[in-house]
Amino acid sequence: MTISFNDETFRDDYTFHNSPAAIRRFPFPFDQDSYMYSVNLEPHAGGREGTPFQKRFDVDEHYVAEMKDRAITLADDPLRCQSLPHMELAGWDFLELVMTSKAEDYPDLFTLNRDGDRWHWINRPLGIEQRFTFLDPTTLPCGPLEYITRQTQGDHALLDQRDDNLWMEAGMITSQADWSLDFDIGMNFYEWHAPVPRAHELGVFQRALKFLLALQQGAPSRRLNWTMTVNPRLDTSPENYHKWGPEKRTITPENVGSKQHLRVELQTLWRLPRSNAIAFPIRCYLLSLEDIVSQPKWGRRLHRVLRDLPDELAEYKGFAVNRPMIVDYLSRFDDGAPTSPGIFPD
Amino acid sequence: MPRTAFTPSITSRPTYAPLRPHPAAPALMLADADGAEALMELAAADPALMARAHVIYIPAGAAHGPGLRALGSAMYHEAPSFAAATERFRKALTDARMGTQLYLAGTEGLIGQATAEALAAGLPADAIQAEHRGTIARRMQCVHCKGMTEDVTTDPFTCAHCGLVLFVRDHFSRRLGAFQGVCVDAETPGILPETQEIRA
Repeated sequence: MTISFNDETFRDDYTFHNSPAAIRRFPFPFDQDSYMYSVNLEPHAGGREGTPFQKRFDVDEHYVAEMKDRAITLADDPLRCQSLPHMELAGWDFLELVMTSKAEDYPDLFTLNRDGDRWHWINRPLGIEQRFTFLDPTTLPCGPLEYITRQTQGDHALLDQRDDNLWMEAGMITSQADWSLDFDIGMNFYEWHAPVPRAHELGVFQRALKFLLALQQGAPSRRLNWTMTVNPRLDTSPENYHKWGPEKRTITPENVGSKQHLRVELQTLWRLPRSNAIAFPIRCYLLSLEDIVSQPKWGRRLHRVLRDLPDELAEYKGFAVNRPMIVDYLSRFDDGAPTSPGIFPD
Repeated sequence: MPRTAFTPSITSRPTYAPLRPHPAAPALMLADADGAEALMELAAADPALMARAHVIYIPAGAAHGPGLRALGSAMYHEAPSFAAATERFRKALTDARMGTQLYLAGTEGLIGQATAEALAAGLPADAIQAEHRGTIARRMQCVHCKGMTEDVTTDPFTCAHCGLVLFVRDHFSRRLGAFQGVCVDAETPGILPETQEIRA
């Protein structure tokens, strides 16, 4: 196989790490030295060679370990994967999209053979081989959404479209930045975004919804979002907040570089063909501050972004309490030089 | 008791418009405590409505029962609690004919649970009206243990199911009919903010 998969954990002893190549391909989210909310959608139609934007569903060195972490989370709390009854067809749509995309984009890792409705799926990194009948749920070990998302990095929400709105009515959510699928399932676009400060007043959600309602099949879109996480932890759910919350207060000037991680979400949006639902994969990438500053442009820029961020956003993104230590650490890597345009390292 | 005026809040928090009669449509009405007064005002606005109405009332200690019964609805039933009324309410939703309007009046806990039942039964959202009357106590789900608690009036609040001390958010799920409670001292165990009354 072309990718060497890391043996690593996202909890307890936190052996998660990024190789030098993974650092260089990290989707750094800031294209300038300041940040404010924006819709910032662009076509998800490939991208620079080797970046997470190149393939439809990025597979990287963390794939196998992330899927093990998901299985642990699901065993502890099966409510992290739910699908309201009318979303079954959308689940099949999504399964088809992922299987066909992965088999075409990574032929050495995944194979899909189709003979009418009789499909044969091979996932080499996870050692899975499955023959099943497309659209027949009795031929899979679990529902189609759960089946394919146990094999696909990132969280995945399926949105139904009706009444000129989008409704989150199915999902596999185990690496979320502090929101609950079990609580939010059944909500419309405005309701599930309700806790986000300031963005409503800025009109961000009205514009984004209008764009999404017009999303066309075969023309997926993408955007980056970000937050900060202490320790490389995927499961920062509200369900377990009382378990990971104390870790947020373990940052010191000595460990901030290795413990504090920038958490970036590569969000993509896909119109599905049979159900007309929208698939919303949210792929999470983690990079420690000390790995970030190994790219001088990123160290300088992140310092300026975090230093100047409005308090309300630092609070919402959950790192206000640690911001002084983070900014102090990063300031040592900001020599005041200008940064080059765009997100890629120099 | 007058209808409740709510302070501005986040967009998942429902607002409750006053009930307005939907003429010539079958009516299913569910109220608790002072919600009866909203139904009486509704009947006064369109006396013809009651002849097509099925009323379920949960007095919860209020004395409005005789007045509500006297409105002469086609069906009238009193129940001691929402739990006791649930099967009858579900049957009424199952039997509801095209165009049936659902009128809910009373506490947020009643409105939330009844709305969740009606949506699950397939009633369209725009066929459901609700008016808030009486206590502003909240129905809350603990996000950690998933336990539901009725009539929460203080913030923070100790979850009776799992014992965590919860901040009661404005974030509201119509599917669950509940507000979200999240551990308030997760980052600094034992350090708690002062307890306050929840405001409307």
